[in-house]
Formats: sequence, structure tokens, C-alpha cells
Amino acid sequence: MKAASIEFRQVVKRYGDVVAVRGVSFTVAPGTLVTLLGPSGCGKTTILRLIAGLELPTEGRILIGGEDVTEVGAADRDVSMVFQSYALFPHMSVLENVRYGLVVSGTKVADAEARAREALATVGLTGYDDRLPSELSGGQQQRVAVARALVLEPSVLLFDEPLSNLDARLRRQMREEIRDLQQRLKLTVVYVTHDQAEAMAVSDRIIVMNRAEIAQEGAPRDLYERPGDRFVAGFMGDANRVTGTLKRRDDTLGDVALGPLTLRLPHRNLPDGPVDVAIRPEAIALVDAAASPVRATVKKAVYLGGLVEYTLDTPIGELFAVSLAAARPHAVATDAGLEFAPRGVVVVPPDPSGRDAAP
Amino acid sequence: MSDTVSDTVGGVRDRALRVWLAVGAAGFLLAPWYALPDSILSTGWLTLWLSKENAPAWWQAWAWQRPWLWLVGGLLLACALAAGGLRDRRQRANALAATGAAGFAGTLAQGFAIGPRGWTADWLGALFGPLAGGQYGMGAGAALVLAAFAMIFALGLAARGAFRGDAFVACSVVAVTALVGLFTFYPVTTILASAFEDAGSTFSPSAFAGRMFTSKIWGLGCLGGGTRCGVAWNTLILALSCAVACTALGLAFALIATRTTFRFKRLLRVMSVLPIITPPFVIGLGLILLFGRSGVVNHLLEAAFGITPTRWIYGYPGVLLAQVFAFTPIAFLVLIGVVEGVAPSMEEAAQTLRANRWTTFTTVSLPLMRPGLANAFLISFIESIADFGNPIVLGGNFGVLSTEIFFSVVGAQLDQGRAATLGILLLGFALAAFFVQRAALGRRAYTSMSGKGDSGLPAPLPDALRRVCYAVVMPWVALTVVIYAMALAGGFVETWGRNFTPTLRHYVKAFGLEWGPSGLIWAGAAWNSFWTTVRLSAIAAPLTAALGILAAWLITRQRFVGRSAFEFGTMLSFAVPGTVIGVSYILAFNVPPIEITGTAVILVACNVFRNMPVGVRAGMAAMAQVDASLDEASTTLGARGFTTLRSVLLPLLRPAVVAALVYSFVRAMTTVSAVIFLVSADYEWATTYIINRVVNGDYGVAIAYSSVLIVLMIVVIALIQKLVGERRLGRRTAGEVRGGAAQFGSAA
Repeated sequence: MKAASIEFRQVVKRYGDVVAVRGVSFTVAPGTLVTLLGPSGCGKTTILRLIAGLELPTEGRILIGGEDVTEVGAADRDVSMVFQSYALFPHMSVLENVRYGLVVSGTKVADAEARAREALATVGLTGYDDRLPSELSGGQQQRVAVARALVLEPSVLLFDEPLSNLDARLRRQMREEIRDLQQRLKLTVVYVTHDQAEAMAVSDRIIVMNRAEIAQEGAPRDLYERPGDRFVAGFMGDANRVTGTLKRRDDTLGDVALGPLTLRLPHRNLPDGPVDVAIRPEAIALVDAAASPVRATVKKAVYLGGLVEYTLDTPIGELFAVSLAAARPHAVATDAGLEFAPRGVVVVPPDPSGRDAAP
Repeated sequence: MSDTVSDTVGGVRDRALRVWLAVGAAGFLLAPWYALPDSILSTGWLTLWLSKENAPAWWQAWAWQRPWLWLVGGLLLACALAAGGLRDRRQRANALAATGAAGFAGTLAQGFAIGPRGWTADWLGALFGPLAGGQYGMGAGAALVLAAFAMIFALGLAARGAFRGDAFVACSVVAVTALVGLFTFYPVTTILASAFEDAGSTFSPSAFAGRMFTSKIWGLGCLGGGTRCGVAWNTLILALSCAVACTALGLAFALIATRTTFRFKRLLRVMSVLPIITPPFVIGLGLILLFGRSGVVNHLLEAAFGITPTRWIYGYPGVLLAQVFAFTPIAFLVLIGVVEGVAPSMEEAAQTLRANRWTTFTTVSLPLMRPGLANAFLISFIESIADFGNPIVLGGNFGVLSTEIFFSVVGAQLDQGRAATLGILLLGFALAAFFVQRAALGRRAYTSMSGKGDSGLPAPLPDALRRVCYAVVMPWVALTVVIYAMALAGGFVETWGRNFTPTLRHYVKAFGLEWGPSGLIWAGAAWNSFWTTVRLSAIAAPLTAALGILAAWLITRQRFVGRSAFEFGTMLSFAVPGTVIGVSYILAFNVPPIEITGTAVILVACNVFRNMPVGVRAGMAAMAQVDASLDEASTTLGARGFTTLRSVLLPLLRPAVVAALVYSFVRAMTTVSAVIFLVSADYEWATTYIINRVVNGDYGVAIAYSSVLIVLMIVVIALIQKLVGERRLGRRTAGEVRGGAAQFGSAA
């Protein structure tokens, strides 16, 4: 298998007046797993279909493995795709489904079947050759779909929300298997999802999309800890959005005043004055009322087993916090002091062009 | 268009390109360029290959003073140079598309510009100088070259990235467009043009006005009680009364079938199939045998009461009666779906709100059925104005547009301009009704069923209404049975009305077989037209189904510029009445460059393109059931359009394919209105043969022949139903056709 790079150069896709992808450029390095993450209708699936060749761009160039494939149709691209619905052919058995791509590209049937069995073994699905797709469980169908895509040894493998039809437990297992497979076979994988946790779990890099454009691109940790704008901050996990006042101290750090509290945070080259601040729920710790200058009143407490979710009234606004369940949780209508773990608090640049998309 | 390893050079599928270039070369260098008097399949032309009639294009240009054909050769050469000479992908694609388009247009243009006596228009001669010779209709060579140019154009488009780069899709779209253009748009434009031409073939709106606004068309004499009304009014009055009667009867039938405990509901369903398998004039024949001057009823009346037989059945009453018999089942089919679609819970809600049965029916059920009623009305209206078989058999002096068109062409008048004018009028009526129907259905509102189950029970009909329905439907059913019985029995007696001695004479005359010295002799008079009809219908049916399914696939599964125009084009012939198609085919295809009247080709083409819309509809409905991600999965696995269609979609669509096949075969076998203009001594159609027998008063053979056709249709349908039915009982159910997602539901 020869993993290939993918490059988008100023790609635009329009359907009539509707712009589905607006001047997008990015590169996917060979052998990496990149996730396209975003709310529905943000253009992430269109980008996946552009890579597959199921759509051709209105403008711009697409390169796979360094070769310009802008006008090449899906059947001629060395790209396979696992569909959200799996799209298994209902009139063919498991083996016929998996060998299909080999047979239509001229491989002898016997060879094709041998390789199809190998692929089925790779995804851990031996002995189901003659079943029809309708006789398999959801997870098994998913594996067949993966095997069918893998058997062609594509230089790029695409996943379109592959886990959305599975239940929560199976979803975690399958996403780990996909990641394992990708690492083991050193595949270039592009993965589309709207689930931020799933994206964080499987990706080398994440491209966050919003309104037909790339909002931010980076490693999962970068995006979580240094979101480029309020949209990304809100989309990459929960975030409380408050306003603080920034005063720079040196090249990297500044003082951010949040009500009565001042935190020392990276200023990210923002100018002095009011700034948006994102506070992760798990960065807020509830302590004794006397131990902190910031007082909060517990408005709501929801017990979730291992965790407790609090809604707090504070001088800097209403905050949402998550803590490990303690022996004595803070009761509703009692006061508590607040502490902030600086790693979970970040100043956020204003959204370009004043967009304000809710996550 | 093979699916083996991609042999792309510069982005164009080279193997397909080479094949089409070879086809073009063969068309230019080998095949006879002009149409031969005999079939190309009879190999006589090979012996005189380079003669003036049989020579291929290059020899015609070189030796027979037709130098304009060098233009065609030059354009072919340009295609080859573009294919072989250019390395840059984009340049090559553009060059192929451009030379292909130029070649197609150029070849057609020389055909239209140069006729048997040189230039077809004076300004062309003034522009290019006089010509030494002329040319006749295009033949096999020209067809091959045109096909090659069109496909090279399509391959160039695909290489430019159109149609998502799929060569098969590109070629299909271009091919279907070219064929629909040739066999639907070109004839219809020709009829428009010739309506505006005077006797000398020059453009003349006054000639059109003179023909259009005469009292023979628009006269209102019948209102004054004197002479007859114009044919336009006749047609409209007939169509309106027929539509009203069919809709009312259809509703009565539908209500009885769904809202009563009527015990013979299956019989109603069977009756609804009858008009599809019956040649359209059979009911007319049955009516003549029953109510005609020497019909059974008149005989009884004369014997019992001494009433002198009259000819009342010939004219408006008879035609109307026959049409209502013929088209009520169609209205019933439309309405039964609508009546079943009215949600029982609505009616139950009305009843819980203190409405009695009658109020419920008039305030809830009937208004909910309104779109269906409008649809049934318009369909009956369209069927009535397009009907040819019943008016020709029963019309007498009551002329309608479709028969007047026929008599303008075949009668002593032979006035093509008048035929074209009447054709335009009829086409206008049909298109108007068609668009009103589309618009009415566009707002199709309330009857659509929701996904939720409705456990309610349909409200029983109010007693009075139920009695009315029974009172109308029962005699009607009885009469239908009697008419069909008459039509079948008539073939077994000597002379209907005069001599009721049983005989097989008519069957022997029509379908006699004899043993001669050299074996079996098809001695019967009907065999010739019978086998022609069966053979040509059997050729047309698979072509119709293939084109229809292909077009449906392109419309539902591909996105390309002009797709809605493409859809309109494939559907257009559905709205054009058969007589108009017949006349327009004569006008368009009786003169070079495309001269195919009197051949089998024109009969096959006529049937294919008239019935194609039904194939398209069937295909579209079936494809809506198959999730599009199945196609895309196949494509990303390396299958091109053709492989996807063949190995993924067609297996899932088999019932729709079979239905399209059956329907197009049956329709071709029973059609009258268009083919009656197109038959020739060599190629006679069963139905036109029967009509000629009826017109000559030879009812015995006509009835015998009709009976044979009906029985044959029933056998064919039953056979196919059995085959399709068995497949449905297989291990898969319809619900599985949606990929794995079916069980889980898919989040968009």
C-alpha cells in the first residue's frame, strides 16, 4: 500500500448560487489520519466527495500523490470510501461485495476472492463470506464496508461519518479499530465527523470547518488549547465564554482580569483591552467559599455518577462546571469559591468578519 | 468503454476514443454513404461497392462529383489529429469536444443544405456557387460518421471534467439527446414549419391563417340547429363530455372497490387492465355489433316492436360511448390510488365531530380527493382528443381532429399543409391539457400518505351514494362484458346481423395454415401483418426499455447542465397525440437527408420514442427506491458508469425493467394512430390491417384478428407476470434495497 498525500489549492464548489466549499486549501501528509470536523452543512462531506471524485470542483486544483486529478472521475482515482450508510450492495454476498472493486478493475475472480478473504480477515470478519448484508449486524456491516474499501489498497481511504449508525459502545470500539488499522497499514485517511470527541480520539490532525470555509487546522491538542476563534473554542468541547480585560506583560504572557480575579495567560498577540475568554468546564474547581476571591452560588447540580455538572452564578457571569463527584457535593443554593486551572482558560481572538456561529 | 485498467492518456479514455475514430473511418471509407433501396443487411451492395448508389463517402467525393463530402472527411481527420497529436490534457479535451461538435454539425448541415437537385435554398447557391450534382438520403455510412462525431464530442466533454469525468455518462447523454432530437423534436418542428408554408414550400403566415381559421374547423353551425360544427369544437365537446363521464364513472368504481363490501372487486381490477391489452377500436366494433344497424339490439327491437333500425350509433353518441368504455378504466386506476390515500383518521375525526356520513363525505372525503379527480379528468380529456381508433370506426360524419388529419393525408385531398395545421391545433390542445395537469399535480397537497400507520377504518359510504354507485356501475360492468363477448363472438358467425351460423371461416381466412410441397405455407391473409407487427414490436420493446431506463438513470443519478431540459425532452412525446406524431414523421422523414418512410426503421423508431416516456417514468420510480450511495460506492471502487448500471442497479431494478419491456411491447402491438400513417405495402401493422377490414365492412376477419391479438396480449402479460412475480417471492424483500442503512436509519 502506497499512502499518498492530498492537496487542495483554492478549491471552490458551487451548486448554482449555493457555495458549498469556498476557496479551501490544505494538505494531508501521507500516512496520516486527518479529520474534517464541523456542524452539518459546513461543507465537510462535500470536501470528502471532492477527494473521492464524486464531485468535481468549480474552481481550484486537487492533487493526490502530487498528481493533478482535478478532472479525473471517481472511478479513475486511487481512492476508496466507506459510506455513512455503508452502501453495501444488497443483492451480493459479503464476499461478492468485497471482491467487487477488484473484479470490475479486471482482476481474475479467483485472485480477487483470495484477496477479499485477506481483507475480511484484516477487519476480523472471517467465515461470513456467503451472508447477505441484511443478515449481518451493524458492526459487521461496517467491517465489510471497510474491507471492501481496503481490498483495493487505495492510496487514500475516506470515511464519511462511519460510526453514526452504531450504538455508543460499538462506536468507541470501531473508532479504535479504524485508528489501529490506519496505523498498522500506514494509510492516508480522511475522516468526516461532527463528533468532536471522535475526532480527537482518532486524528493526527483536525480541520475544523464552518460555513464552507476552514475555521482552523491543527493537532487535536492545539485546537483544544489554542482555539483560533470563538467558533472553534465552542465546537472543540464545551466552553464558557466570558469577557475579560487583557494587559500585556511580555512577549507571551499577559494579565487577564475576570471580575475580581486576575489570571496570567498567553496573550496570543491580541491587543490590550476587552477580550473573549473561553473557560473549559473541567478547569473550574469548586473550593470553600473562604478560600477564593471569586464567590459563586450553585444554581443547579446534576449528578452523573462519576461526575457532577454545576451551573453557577458568578460575578463574571453564569458558568458551567464539571467536577469529579466528591463525597459531599456542593448543594444547590449554597455558596462556593472558584479556582481556575490556567491550562483550561484561554483568550480567544475575535471571529473574522464578525461571524458569530453558535456551536 | 471497458472497465479494465485505466488506459488514460491525457485524461481521455483512449480505447473508447480509438473505437469511435475507427467507427467514423469505417463510415467514411467503407459503408455506403447514402441510403440503399434495400436493407443494408442484404449484402447485394457489396458487389457494386463503388457504384454511384453504393459508394462510400470518399469515393462519392472523388468520383461522383460530390466534393462537399471532403468536408466530412476533413473534420474526421481533425478529430484524429486532436486525439493523436495533442499531449496537454486540457487542450486535447477541448480540441476533441470542438472537432466532434463541428463534425456533427457539419455533416448534418451538408445533408440539409444539399438535396437531390443541388442547394436546397437559393441563398446557398448564391453564396457558394452552383453545384454539379445533388444527393439523396443519408445511409449507413453517414449514420456511423454522425455517431462517431457525437461520441468523440462526448468523450471530449468528459475529459474536460463534465459529467464528473465519466465517459459512459457523457456518451449516454449525448446519444439520448441526439436521438430524442432526431425522432421527437425534429418532426415536431417540421410540422410547425410546414403549417406555415404554402403550396410552394415558402413561408407564408397567411396560408396558415387561411387554413386555420375556416368554418370547417371553427364553424358553429350546429348551435343554430343547421349544419355541422367545426372539427375543433367537435373534438373539444367530445373530450369534455368524455372526461366528465369517465371521471364520474371512475369515481363510482373506485368508491365501490374501496368503500363497500362488493364481492367482485377482483373483477374491477381485471377490467382496468383491459384497455391496455385491447386495440383501441375493439370497443367500437363491439358497439357496432350490439347497437349498429344490423346489431343485436336493433334486431330485437324490430322483432318485438317493429321499430325501424337507425344509425344513431354512428356519430357523436357512438364515439362518446366507445371512449367512455375505453377510458373509464384509466380514470379508475388514477382514482383508486387517491381514494385509498384519503386517511381514514380524517374521516373518523369528522365523525367524532358530529358529522354524519353524508356530511363527512361531502366536506372531508371529496375535497381530499379533488387533486385526483382533476388528474383523472385531464387524463381522460387527453386520451379522448388523441383517440383515433374509435372515431374512425364509429365517427361517420362526426369529424374530430385526429380523423380529419388522417383524411387530409390519405384521402383524396392530400393536403399536407392542412394536416400540419390541424396537427398543430391538436398538439396545442394536448399540450395545454398536459401542462394544466402538471400544474394541478404540482400542488398535489393532501392525499400523500405520511409514514405513520393509520389504524382507522375507511368510512362506509352514505346509503344514497352507495345505491347510486351500484346503480351506475352494475349495468356498466354488464355492458362491458357483453361488448367484449360480442367482439369475441362475432368472429365465429357467418355474417353478423344476417346469418348467425357458427363458422371458423374468418379465422381460416385470416390465419389459415396449409401444407404445401415445400412445407408449411402461411396461407392466411393476416399472417404478413401479424408477423411484421410481432417482429417489429419485439425489436422496439427492448430498445424502448433500454432507452427509458438509461434516461431515467441519467435524470435521477447524474447531475449535468440542462438536466431538466433533458427530462422535458424525453417526456415530450408523451403529450403529443399519435396522429400528430404520424403526420410529423411523414413530413420530416419523407425527404432527404433522412428518408426512412416506408421502411421498418420508421415504424420501430415511432414506437420506441412514443413509448419511451413510460419507460422513463417506471425507471425513475424504481430508482427512487435504491439509495444513491450504492452507485457512489460502486464508483469509488473503480467501476465506471456502465458497470455500476449493469452490476449494481439493473439487478435491483429487474421488476421495473420487465414492466417497461411488457408495456412497450403491448403498446406497440396495439397502437393505431401513429403507425397508420407509416405503414407500407412491405410493412403492414396488425391494427391498421384490421381498421382497413372494418372500413371495408369485412367485420368477420377484423373481429377474428382482434380476438387473436387480445388473447396473445393476455398470454404475454400472464407469462411475464409469472416470471416477475416469482422473483418477488425470492429471499430478498423490497426493504433491503437501501443498503445497510435500512435497519438503522441514516442521519443525513
